[in-house]
Amino acid sequence: MTADLLAYDDVVEAFDPVLGLEVHVELGTASKMFCGCSTTFGAPPNTQVCPTCLGLPGSLPALNAVAVESAMKIGLALNTQVADWCRFARKNYFYPDMPKNFQTSQYDEPICFDGWLDVDLETPEGVQRHRIAIERAHMEEDTGKSSHVGGATGRIHGADYSLVDYNRAGIPLIEIVTKPIEGTGRYAPEVARAYVTALRDILRGLGVSDVKMEQGSLRCDVNVSLRASRDGAYGTRSETKNVNSLRSVERAVRYEMQRQAAVLSSGGRVVQETRHWHEDTGLTTPGRSKEQAEDYRYFPEPDLVPIAPSREWVDKLRAELPEPPRLHRKRLQEAWGLSDLEMAAVVNAGALTPIEQTVAAGASVAGARKWWLGELARVANERGLAVDELPISVADVARVEALVGDGRINDKLARQVIEGVLAGQGSPDDVVAARGLEVVSDDAALGAAVDAAIAANEDIADKVRGGKVAAAGALVGAVMKETRGQADAAKVRELILAKLGQA
Amino acid sequence: MSDLTRMTAAELAAAVASGETSAVEVTQAHLDRIEAVDERVHAFLHVDTDGALSAAKAVDAARAAGEQLGSLTGVPLALKDVLTMEGIPTTCGSRVLDGWRPPYDATVTRRLRDAGVVILGKTNMDEFAMGSSTEHSAYGPSHNPWDLTRIPGGSGGGSAAAVAAYEAPLAIGTDTGGSIRQPAAVTGTVGVKPTYGGVSRYGLVALASSLDQAGPCARTVLDAALLHAVIAGHDPLDSTSLDAPVPPVVEAARQADVRGMRIGLVKELSGEGYQAGVEQRFREAVGLLEEMGVETVDVSCPHFPYALAAYYLVLPSEASSNLAKFDGMRYGLRSGDDGSRSVEEVMALTREAGFGAEVKRRIILGTYALSSGYYDAYYGQAQKVRTLIARDFAAAFEQVDVLLSPTAPTTAFLLGDKLDDPLAMYLNDIATIPANLAGNPGLSLPAGLAPEDGLPVGLQVMAPALADDRLYRLGAALEAALLDRWGHLLIEEAPAL
Amino acid sequence: MPSITRAEVEHLARLARIDLTDDELDHFAGQLDVIIGAVAKVAEVAAEDVPPMSHPEPLTNVFRADEVRPGLTPEQALSGAPAVEDQKFRVPRILGEEP
Ligand SMILES: [Mg+2]
Ligand SMILES: [Zn+2]
Repeated sequence: MTADLLAYDDVVEAFDPVLGLEVHVELGTASKMFCGCSTTFGAPPNTQVCPTCLGLPGSLPALNAVAVESAMKIGLALNTQVADWCRFARKNYFYPDMPKNFQTSQYDEPICFDGWLDVDLETPEGVQRHRIAIERAHMEEDTGKSSHVGGATGRIHGADYSLVDYNRAGIPLIEIVTKPIEGTGRYAPEVARAYVTALRDILRGLGVSDVKMEQGSLRCDVNVSLRASRDGAYGTRSETKNVNSLRSVERAVRYEMQRQAAVLSSGGRVVQETRHWHEDTGLTTPGRSKEQAEDYRYFPEPDLVPIAPSREWVDKLRAELPEPPRLHRKRLQEAWGLSDLEMAAVVNAGALTPIEQTVAAGASVAGARKWWLGELARVANERGLAVDELPISVADVARVEALVGDGRINDKLARQVIEGVLAGQGSPDDVVAARGLEVVSDDAALGAAVDAAIAANEDIADKVRGGKVAAAGALVGAVMKETRGQADAAKVRELILAKLGQA
Repeated sequence: MSDLTRMTAAELAAAVASGETSAVEVTQAHLDRIEAVDERVHAFLHVDTDGALSAAKAVDAARAAGEQLGSLTGVPLALKDVLTMEGIPTTCGSRVLDGWRPPYDATVTRRLRDAGVVILGKTNMDEFAMGSSTEHSAYGPSHNPWDLTRIPGGSGGGSAAAVAAYEAPLAIGTDTGGSIRQPAAVTGTVGVKPTYGGVSRYGLVALASSLDQAGPCARTVLDAALLHAVIAGHDPLDSTSLDAPVPPVVEAARQADVRGMRIGLVKELSGEGYQAGVEQRFREAVGLLEEMGVETVDVSCPHFPYALAAYYLVLPSEASSNLAKFDGMRYGLRSGDDGSRSVEEVMALTREAGFGAEVKRRIILGTYALSSGYYDAYYGQAQKVRTLIARDFAAAFEQVDVLLSPTAPTTAFLLGDKLDDPLAMYLNDIATIPANLAGNPGLSLPAGLAPEDGLPVGLQVMAPALADDRLYRLGAALEAALLDRWGHLLIEEAPAL
Repeated sequence: MPSITRAEVEHLARLARIDLTDDELDHFAGQLDVIIGAVAKVAEVAAEDVPPMSHPEPLTNVFRADEVRPGLTPEQALSGAPAVEDQKFRVPRILGEEP
């Protein structure tokens, strides 16, 4: 079921997009929002549940202090106000993955409100800065997870029945909602992506969440509408749910712009509805119509008392905020002497923090970049992981670089050392020792290997003696082969040239 | 040894502690009484014979081992079926929870067990505590031991009837709008609603979270105080639980000293709607207190006449949300699941089959009061009335130490009388509701028999939040004076069963 | 004019997920009309400047330390379930969408 799409250039010619982004982030607390159950991802079904998160009759919520503090930190990092006084509310609706048939959430009294986040976007016309206004950041609880049995491929539609696991029910969520984002024009998709990226970096910097979009700890709903002109009234919006990768955020915005433009251009009407994002096809399909407002019958949660953060508490959290990622990045770029392009490569590889920490552990910037953007990026890509998810510590990488710097191993051996560490064979020193990877630095042994190489390649040796120094490369290669790579190539070259009178 | 079922809890605890009798003997005596009379009273929904006897054995073993026994160790108790008890059926008087055995103890249950109180079983109640007669129980009504054709009050009619019928010396009730006090009044027993937040609600299946409070039912004020002290106190599992010392209720009940106390008589809780005999016995009790040296003052609480209206908005609103969880997915009844129906249909069929008429009425009413467009006019306004009522209490307590009124406007009415007239039924709680809306504690104790029908009349004492001890001071003093006058407790005038 | 109509009661029953019978709808509509008429009395007194009371006690900031506590075993969690499969709660097919 493919909708008609208008060519993107024509879309931005005729329409002005307005965006709204709702991001749900699962906090990285040890226990759930309202009970002491663990939040560990991937546990067997219904093993992390208790009367409260199962909504058993008689159970009551008890609010997690760290979740409240995390919510305030997030708000402060997004330049919001923190409420003097706020409450939870019950959002009433029936759904089998919601054990109480109401979600404990915040309604008209969010803990954080009225903030902003600056997002820099590189465009062919130069860097554009967009100030994204934040409407609110509020606390709520996650739902359980249903899987669908029978019918086609585990989808909800056409299933015979469903199975519910409540491990996720009650995990703390912070919902971060933007005000309408205007003025993005043709860069709307990129701005959306840049915003979610910037938000993710902030959340990661705060240490409040592992922000793994692929595991659902950061989830994005994308609202898009089109209007005829920048000063016109907002058009009808669609809300595309669960867009769960940065790339998809960009694609979903572009797709919705093209789809809505096609509808409007052909004289049609955009329907106010939720839409589903399909990662595989890059399409959205219609879901529930939102033309009739749901009636959630919100009212203040009587089982939880109001939250009234003291000014001292808020000020303390504000003072402890880490440097905003955008400024932090700028400072590092200057300190490291990287070009915009080089810095972008570091950031895009997700290697900023690993490199920063590797440098802090004693490595040179060049060395740290070499490993994190080279061998480690390659392996991470192969394994489908982020670089910082590889089973190697920044200290290990710094040690590898130190071994290279000391001449104890060369780059080729270093790659073997890294492979050994990643394979769980211990520290870099352990791997070097266990595999006997140290470079051959014994001059006598090396001298014998050089002599043998010269004897076996007299014609090449003659060329070198005759002044064709470049030809020495073949002899170096022969020595390296003989020593199975465990020699320092520079040293071998030095020896060869000396023996052939070219030093 | 005299009939163990006629003894007070305090006497029983002392007898067990001294070895005069054993907890097993005491428990067995009460199980025998239940066996003998409960077919007619129907106070119990579930009797846990084995659990009770093994708890009693544990008490006797502890005593034999020389362990220190508590103030109620070895005393039997009936638990309202709205509190969870691990492994024991908990129905809340509803079909929708048929067969559910909770996997956890309520905090009240845990504290009772820890105190060595022997839990005999679970008592009958109006479905989800919605009612004033127990007639809304899905398992049939309880009967008033004074006259089996009459209601024992509600919602905790089972707990009050069990105590009045000597099936248990103690019971736990819960009071959302009078469900401990009104049954106490109509059965000639004592019932106390503690200060909101004084007793943990963890494991109390919620009717209206901001109103519900568990409390003691007994035949004497001292027994109620002893039970109050066992179940009260801060509980981190209930965020609305007060982190404050438990008021000295037992000391107050023992002192029973009212000299110098100032008492307010609430003008708005008398007159129209109050049965003549109820008013008469109330006035006599006040006269007796005056003889004892208390000063009485007429006070006005001008917003009390709006309490009933506010209550029937706040309660259904919260209840409509609290009862949403009963959908047949995780526990209890599931109805209409033929393999082809959707989850939406099965939930709706389950709730249709599982809930009785009063529960459905109140859920619909609450859904209405919270729905967009009506919220401000109904729920919002009702919450403002709560503020006004709290201000009325605060102003009154600037003048007096406690407030007095009849507990219920009438004595026990006949079963069936008001069953399909919700508004008439709601009027039973007219005097008890203000304390729930504002969070104040209240106690009901017997004030005599109404001359016109010979049925018990209850007198209500209300105090400021966390001044629960004042209830017991006044209650125990009045109880002692009435005992002097009558020569026995009122309950001893109840006909033999 | 009644304060609540039968059609409204029907709508509310749908919101509250109760499959009321026609007889119940008829009966409740009349009773609720009377009740709503009575409770509407709250409008008479509550003035603009009166703050609403959601909790009958002046508590704020009641928190729990972020500590993992033992919960239920899966057997306990599922013990009351009408239907179980693969250690999960089995429920009929879901038609509606999550909000
Ligand atoms: Mg939300
Ligand atoms: Zn839990």
